[in-house]
Amino acid sequence: MKGLVIDDVGLKLTAKDNVATALDDLDAGRSIDAEGVDIELLEDVPFGHKFSLEALAEGDKVYKYGEVIAQTTQPVEPGAWVHTHNAESTRGRGDLSEVGQ
Amino acid sequence: MTPTFNGYRRANGRVGVRNYVAVIPTSVAASSIVRGASEIGAWAKPTPHQMGTSQPPAAREQTERVLVGTGQNPNVGAALVVELGTEESDAGELADQIAETGKAVETLSIRDAGGTRLAVKRAKEILKDLNEEVSLARREEADASELIFAAECGGSDATSGIASNPTVGNASDRLVEDGGTASFSETPEFIGAEHILAERCVDDELREHLLERVAQREEMADMMGVDLRGAQPTPGNQEGGLTTIEEKSLGAIAKGGTTPVEGMVEYAERLPTGGGLVLMDTPGYDVESVVGKVAGGAQVVAFTTGRGSTTGNPIAPVIKVAGNPKTWEKMSNNMDVNASTVFDGDSVEEVGGRLYDTLLSVADGQHTEAEKRGLEEFAVNEVQPKQIAGSGVGR
Repeated sequence: MKGLVIDDVGLKLTAKDNVATALDDLDAGRSIDAEGVDIELLEDVPFGHKFSLEALAEGDKVYKYGEVIAQTTQPVEPGAWVHTHNAESTRGRGDLSEVGQ
Repeated sequence: MTPTFNGYRRANGRVGVRNYVAVIPTSVAASSIVRGASEIGAWAKPTPHQMGTSQPPAAREQTERVLVGTGQNPNVGAALVVELGTEESDAGELADQIAETGKAVETLSIRDAGGTRLAVKRAKEILKDLNEEVSLARREEADASELIFAAECGGSDATSGIASNPTVGNASDRLVEDGGTASFSETPEFIGAEHILAERCVDDELREHLLERVAQREEMADMMGVDLRGAQPTPGNQEGGLTTIEEKSLGAIAKGGTTPVEGMVEYAERLPTGGGLVLMDTPGYDVESVVGKVAGGAQVVAFTTGRGSTTGNPIAPVIKVAGNPKTWEKMSNNMDVNASTVFDGDSVEEVGGRLYDTLLSVADGQHTEAEKRGLEEFAVNEVQPKQIAGSGVGR
């Protein structure tokens, strides 16, 4: 498996990433030692889903695989579950286009 | 030393890993006839599809390319092309193109045969004769470099980009190293990762072509006036932890391993033998995408999944690679290779080596789980009117 395993429960794929992938179904309140920094999970994070390793402002880029996978739609605290409720794609937005209307 | 397998060498030199008689309808009107006639034996493989007797030229050309390519696939030893008799696509012309490979091809018109009952009876007689000829073929040693290996992903989740897709990528790298061809497709799932693929293209012309095709797929969302987010990632992908198309794509392109991108062909266009890593421009729909690559000549398919998938193919064996440990447990009777062991500490290289061994065994004749269960989905990608009017996607 590529990447850095964080406290046995998270996978940070590259050093540039600001989210980690849960390697198990993780419960809210769990404390995680993320490379020397203590993070407390604010919500349940299911297996394969992502949690934030940093505080992010609205519109910040989300990095996984060392690449931009999304931008945030609201401020995100460290330990927050990062998914469609607080992050979105920047691509294929035909709904914002006038061509198909 | 280059690994070998035992396959069926055809008149044109290409090598099949199966020895089937394909039963190909020119339209939906002949689809139930090919199904009925194929009950004659497991060696008869019907490719029923949904395309009508009349399609706009661009759409018809694509349908014909799929049907001819399917018949030309070296896993097919002989073919029967069946028409109702009213189709714009002519069974005789399709048969002639398939016969260019040197294999025996027959045609049958349901109208001329005197209706469905007599057509099924006549089709079975023809199939029996064709199979007598086909069953004379014997397996002989062939080099791994003669394999065209297609990669597909379906029912993706967050494990796909970490476990199963890198595993297939590793096996693709091994085959390319041994002189063969690896192909992956699903252009909408390049969106957000195209810059990485572009960097790996062997020249500028290919790079521009690839970026143009990705842009066309993204523009299709514009043309349809929809938000791609509704469909990509799918609700199932999202439940599995994938938030955006970019995230899904970055995981999906791992199927292509690490070698240079040598080319990009059209949907169902012939993939070169000994061609290295070659992309195909296909939609993201699993069955249509697999069918396109098999029509392009792929003899074996690896299909990765996180959440589970059952897709097979009538002509090419489909090896299922599971990335999610829960799916491996729950759907083991549909899965061939367990890539989820990377979460227990196996390296991608180890699991990739296991998949490569499986690929060669399957080429030798070992049946995949999909084959054991008779899973043989077939569907042709239809060129949509808006695509024709729009940007020429699918030509």
